[in-house]
Amino acid sequence: MAELHVELVAADRKVWSGEASMVVARTTAGDIGILPGHQPVLSVLQSGPVTIRTTGASGEGTVIAAVHGGFLSYTDGKLSLLAEIAELADEIDVERAERSLEQAKADADAAAERRADVRLRAVAAGR
Amino acid sequence: MGAQIRVLKRRIKSVTATKKITRAMEMIAASRIVKAQRKVAASTPYADELTNAVTAVAHGSDVKHPLTTEVERPRRAALLLITSDRGLAGGYSSNALKAGEHLTSELVSEGKEVDTYIVGRKGVAYYGFRERAITDSWTGFTDNPTYADAKMVAAPLIEAMERDTDKGGVDELHIVFTEFVSMMTQTPVERRLLPLTFEKSAEESAQVFAKGAQAHALYDFEPSAEKVLDALLPRYVESRIYNALLQAAASKHAATRRAMKSATDNAEELIKSLSRLANAARQAEITQEITEIVGGASALADATAGSDR
Repeated sequence: MAELHVELVAADRKVWSGEASMVVARTTAGDIGILPGHQPVLSVLQSGPVTIRTTGASGEGTVIAAVHGGFLSYTDGKLSLLAEIAELADEIDVERAERSLEQAKADADAAAERRADVRLRAVAAGR
Repeated sequence: MGAQIRVLKRRIKSVTATKKITRAMEMIAASRIVKAQRKVAASTPYADELTNAVTAVAHGSDVKHPLTTEVERPRRAALLLITSDRGLAGGYSSNALKAGEHLTSELVSEGKEVDTYIVGRKGVAYYGFRERAITDSWTGFTDNPTYADAKMVAAPLIEAMERDTDKGGVDELHIVFTEFVSMMTQTPVERRLLPLTFEKSAEESAQVFAKGAQAHALYDFEPSAEKVLDALLPRYVESRIYNALLQAAASKHAATRRAMKSATDNAEELIKSLSRLANAARQAEITQEITEIVGGASALADATAGSDR
């Protein structure tokens, strides 16, 4: 089967890169699943968890990342996920995310609340 | 001890203390350059991918967007000038300011009004002293800029780009920062950020030519090309500004290191010449003392010889 090369890049670092068999991400128009051989696509991502089913050198498995805004572009077997902020599920500090969720709820800060919520969902999905 | 020697000794002591300080600052700057360079490198993948995506949209669709279309007669331009918060960096800030002045006069001669946005206390002080208008300024993060800082700087600029020129908006966005070429070379550069230009170097277009129409993959845009461009361009501007801030920070540290290195070298030289003077003074004093003793002794000898007779 054709391979899918994935690059997950945040504004200040490369978060993850490797081979995958499928990637599911949330765009503004709804969830999108990318398999190898997909038509070239460029879409706007929404804050949400991104699921990467890995194959190849990184082994069979699932990588989940919390992505806050950004873009997804796919051409010629290469998928780029660009995000201002992106964190892998195992990098996320659950306690801190919970605390910031509480804080955001108290301050009625919708953006911060969504960020914290996405982090927690990504961790939950990774378990 | 003679008064002259005491003065020289005191000066040597104070120069030695200064040398210690400049040496320490040199070391600190050297370690920060490496860190800043690493940050520049870490931000490159994002900037590259974003540039690819913007190029793809611009080539793959004929969408008109205020941030990409050139106005027929641009009347107003925004200039973002990146300087540092602190001095002791040789000609770093003044070089950037000079490049800013150059670009400003060029834009004015083209008949455009210039709105100046400044990053760094040095630039703010320069404009403040000359009582020139600053549209907006930011200070406090030039040594170690984060992406959030770049976002903060980019927001009013993008907003001004999108506003009508009659309502105080701008038609063009220029940026002046110091490019980090190497440890020894940092050059101030002037770039036009918006409207976008897809001018490529001859080398790049040759590559595209060799690889065929790879650059023109037909993309599907979701939800639509306009929406994608709407979301993409502000991010593009932010990432460019972030990159400029990081390069400016690396350049600042490199300039500081160089300035402090020459200060240390100068201090060393000064200590050397002062020690020579001190040694000469000490020697002169000793010679004088000996002359006095010998003179005294011979006078005494003469006197005794005279009384014997």
